[in-house]
Amino acid sequence: MSDGQVIIGLEVHCQLDTKTKLFCGCSTDYRDDGPNTHVCPVCLGLPGTMPAVNRRAVEFALKVAKAFHSEIPEECEFSRKNYFYPDLNKGYQITQYDRPLALGGYIEIEGEEDGEKRVRLTRIHMEEDPGRLVHKGGGDRARYSLVDYNRSGVPLIEIVTEPDLRSPKEARRLLAKLRATLEYLGVYDSEKEGSLRVDANISISGHDRVEVKNISSYKGVEKALTFEITRQRSLIRRGATVERETRHFVEARGTTTASRSKVEEHDYRYFPEPDLPPLRVASWVAEIALPELPDARRERFMQQYALSVNHARTLTGDLRLAEFYEAVAGQEPALAATWVADTLLGELNYRDRTIATVDPARFRALLGLVKSGTITDRSGVEVLRAVLDTPEEPAAIVKRLGLAVTGEDTVATAITEVLAEHPQAVADYRTGKGNALNYLAGQVMKKTRGRADPRDIGRRLAEALTE
Amino acid sequence: MVDESDVRRIAELADVGIPADELPTFTAQFNRILEYFDILDTLGDARAGERRLHTVLREDEPCPSLPREAVLGNAAENEDGFVKAPRVM
Amino acid sequence: MEDRYNAYLLRSDEPGGSMGPLAGRTVAVKDNISTAGLETTCGSRILKGYVPPYDAHVVTLLREAGAAINGKTNMDEFGMGSTTENSGFGPTLNPVDPTRVPGGSSGGSAAAVAAGLAELALGTDTGGSIRCPAAFCGIVGLKPTYGRVSRYGLVAYANSLETIGPMARTVGDVSALYRVISRHDPRDTTMQGRPYEHDPAPTVAGRRIGVPAEFFGEGVDSRVATRVEEAIETLSACGATIVPVSMPSMASALAAYYVTCTSEASSNLARYDGVRYGPGGETARPWHEAFTDVRGSHFGEEVRRRILLGTFALSAGYYGKYYGKAQTARANVAADFERLFGTIDLLAGPTMPTVAYRLGELADPLSMYLADILTVPANLAGVPAISVPCGEVDGLPVGLQLMGRMFDDEAVIDAAAAYEAEATA
Repeated sequence: MSDGQVIIGLEVHCQLDTKTKLFCGCSTDYRDDGPNTHVCPVCLGLPGTMPAVNRRAVEFALKVAKAFHSEIPEECEFSRKNYFYPDLNKGYQITQYDRPLALGGYIEIEGEEDGEKRVRLTRIHMEEDPGRLVHKGGGDRARYSLVDYNRSGVPLIEIVTEPDLRSPKEARRLLAKLRATLEYLGVYDSEKEGSLRVDANISISGHDRVEVKNISSYKGVEKALTFEITRQRSLIRRGATVERETRHFVEARGTTTASRSKVEEHDYRYFPEPDLPPLRVASWVAEIALPELPDARRERFMQQYALSVNHARTLTGDLRLAEFYEAVAGQEPALAATWVADTLLGELNYRDRTIATVDPARFRALLGLVKSGTITDRSGVEVLRAVLDTPEEPAAIVKRLGLAVTGEDTVATAITEVLAEHPQAVADYRTGKGNALNYLAGQVMKKTRGRADPRDIGRRLAEALTE
Repeated sequence: MVDESDVRRIAELADVGIPADELPTFTAQFNRILEYFDILDTLGDARAGERRLHTVLREDEPCPSLPREAVLGNAAENEDGFVKAPRVM
Repeated sequence: MEDRYNAYLLRSDEPGGSMGPLAGRTVAVKDNISTAGLETTCGSRILKGYVPPYDAHVVTLLREAGAAINGKTNMDEFGMGSTTENSGFGPTLNPVDPTRVPGGSSGGSAAAVAAGLAELALGTDTGGSIRCPAAFCGIVGLKPTYGRVSRYGLVAYANSLETIGPMARTVGDVSALYRVISRHDPRDTTMQGRPYEHDPAPTVAGRRIGVPAEFFGEGVDSRVATRVEEAIETLSACGATIVPVSMPSMASALAAYYVTCTSEASSNLARYDGVRYGPGGETARPWHEAFTDVRGSHFGEEVRRRILLGTFALSAGYYGKYYGKAQTARANVAADFERLFGTIDLLAGPTMPTVAYRLGELADPLSMYLADILTVPANLAGVPAISVPCGEVDGLPVGLQLMGRMFDDEAVIDAAAAYEAEATA
C-alpha cells in the first residue's frame, strides 16, 4: 500500500482593503449596493481608458511583503494575462508575471510536530479582481450570464507558497496565520464576503500534482484538501494514476470535480502592460513601519499576562479576538484568558458568530461576577449564553435567573448533612481513597442545587473531614 | 512557417473566426509576413534597453462612478442592473 | 460644405466657444478619440453604435479652448493601415486627386483639412499615421514626443508606440493646436509633465541636421528623394549644417514595429467581445462561440490578420523569437537616435517613400507594411517627428520629415516653420 507524503502548496488571493480600486477611483465599498453602481470607464474596460496605479494598494502589498520577510526587487512591473471570459472587462487581466513586487520570504506556523515551522513563499504580487458572474436558476442550467463590474478592478495580492505544507491542518494553520497577519497590518478585512480565494496544488509524493481551484472560504481549504487526499490515495491504492489536472472545489458538497475541459491548455501570452512603466518602490520598504504582528503579540501575552502558549496562540490568532482579550483582561488576565479562549469561543462557534458581535463591557461585568464569587463558573456559562442571546446586563441576568451563590450557612448545613448521610464515603476518605472527596462534593452540590462554588465546597469539605 | 491548422489554432486562441474559404490566402500572407520578421533572428540576445519611464502613482481617493444607466447604456442587453453575457457552461 | 471625400464618419455642428486660444475654430477629430455623446467607432463595425460616456482628455482641452469640434473623421479600422481603405465604412479619397488614397490611418483628418472642411484636425500616429496622410494630402502633421499628449480616451491600438497629434495647413496652426492638447492629465501615467508652450520661431540657423543614408535607400522613389534633397538644401541655405549619417538599426526597425504593434493590438482588441458595448453576441450560446462569432464577423480582414500575428508573436514558444527580439531591435533604434542626437540636432528625410497610391494599389499586406519604413523609427524611439509639404511629383504632394530629440518638439517645429517660410516665400 502506498502511503506517500502529502505535498501541498497554496496560492492565496486576498482583496486589499483600500478605499478605491487598483487602477481607478471607484470605491471598493460596494457590497451593500446594487450591481454596476461602482463602475467607471476604466473598470468597465471602455475603449480608450488607461490604468493609474493606486499608491495605497502598493503600500499595502509592500507591508505584507515586509511582514513575511520577502525580498523587494529594485523594479517591478505589471503584465497582461490574456484570456477570454465573460467576467473579464478587457479580455486580459492586469497582473504581475516575471517581475513581481516581492520574491521569497516565509510564514511561520505551528508545525504538526512541536515548535514552529517555516513555510517558504515563492512570491507576492498585485493584480486586479475580475467582475462577478451571476447565474439565475443555478450555474449549470443558466442560459446566459449576468455580469456585475462592481468587483472589477478591486486590488488583490496573490501570495504563492512553496510546496512546504504536509497536511490539510497545516494548510489551515497557514491560512489562519496569513489572515491574522494581514488583519494586524490593517490591509485586509476578512469579514468582507469573497475577500479570500485559494487555489491549492496537492500531490502524494511520487505522483502527479492536481490543482484545486475555487476554494473561497477559509474552512473550505481543509475540507477540499482532505477530500482530495482521500481521492488521490484511493486512486493510488487501486493502482490507478493520479492525473495532472485542474479540479474545482464544490463547497456545498465538500468535494472536488474535474474541470470540464481538462485538456484546455492555457496560453496566457503575458507581456508587459504598455500603459504602466515599471514601478520603483523598493526604497519605500525601509520607511514602512510594521505594527505588532501575531507572533510578537503571542510572546507579549505570555510575558505580560503569564498565559500558556496555547492560550496566547489562540487569543492572538485573530486581531479582533486579541483586542477583545486585552479589553477584558483587566486585573484577572488568567481568568479572562480561560473565559475568552475556552468558553466564549466555543459559544460563538456554536452560534456561528464572530468576536466582533460581543460587547466587551458586558463580558467584563460577567468576569467580575465570577471573580467575586457572586456566581459559580457553571452559572457563569449560563449568564454568558444570556449575554450573547439577549441585550441584558449580566447582573440583571443573575437576578432574573436566581443564580447568585447561596449564603455560607446553606453550604455548611449541606456539608454537615452529607457527612452524616454518607459515613462509608467519609471512612473511605479517611483511608485515603481520593475520589471519595469528589463524591461527597457532588452530594453537597446536589443539595445546594449547583449554586455554590465547587472550589469552595472542596476546600470546606476537606476542612470538615480533618476536624 | 505555419500551416492552416496553426492559423486555425491561433484564431481560436484569439477568439477570431477565419472563414474556411479565406484560410489558404490568409495562411500564405501570414507566412510572407513571418518570413519578413525573420530578420529579427539576425539580432543577438543582447538585453533590450530598460524602459526609462517609471510609473507615477495615484492617491487612494475616491472619484464618482458612472450612473448605472451609463454603465449599461452601451451594452447590447442588460437585466436587473446586470450586463447580460453569454453562458459559461 | 459637402464631404465629397468621405473624410467624416460623423459630422457635428458644435458652435465652439467665444473665448480661448481656439475660439470658434473648427477641429476635426479622428474617430479613435473618445467624444462623450458622439459615436466613436475607430472605423470599425465592431464599435458601430458605441457612444462613449466620457471625453478623451484632448477633447476636454479642445472644448475648454473654445474649439468647434465639427465631426469624427474616417480612418483605417483601429488605425491599422496606411491608406484609410481599411475603414469599415468605406475609403476616404484624397482631395488632391480623388483617384488616390489620402494615406492613413488618419486619412479622414488629413482630407478634412486639405479639403477645407476643418481648419485643424487631431490625428493619431502609431507608426506614421499622422505623417503619412499629411504628406499624401499636402498638409502639416506632427507626431509629438511620446508622453507629451495624454492618451486617455484614445482607443488603444499599440499603446507603447502611439500618440495623438495636431494636423493643419501650416506649421503655425499645428503649433497652436499642440499647445492646447499637451496639458497634463493624471489619468495617463506615462505622461512626463512636459507641456508644449512654444511660439514657433522660423529658424534653423546653426542647427546640425543629419541625413541618414537609409532614408534614401531601396524602395524610395527617386523623384520623391529629389524633392526631399532639394528641401534639405533649402534648410542648408537657411543656415543649417547638413551632416550625412547612418542608422544601421533601420534594417530591423520595420519588423520590430510590426511585431510590437500587432502584439499589443492582439491584447488591446480582446475587449471587443460584444458584451459591454458594440453589437452583442448571442448570449444563449457558450461564451467562446459567441465571442468568436462577434469578433470574426465584425472585425475587418486587416484587423483579424494583425490580431492573429500578435497572438502568434506572444504565444508560448514564440515570444522570445518575436516579441522579445522586437524589443531588442526597438532598443537598438532608440540607441541609434540617442547616438546621433549626441552630435546633431535634427534628422531629415522623406516622410513616405512614394507619393499617394492609387485606390486599391496596395493590395498585398506586406507591401503596405513596407511603406511605413521611414515613419516607424520615430515611434519605436518615442522621438518627435513632423511632416511638412515640400513640393510635388506628378502633381502629388511630397512630405519632408524632420525628427528631433525626445521632448525637443520645439526644435522640430522651428525647423519646419523655417522651411515652410522659405518654401512659400
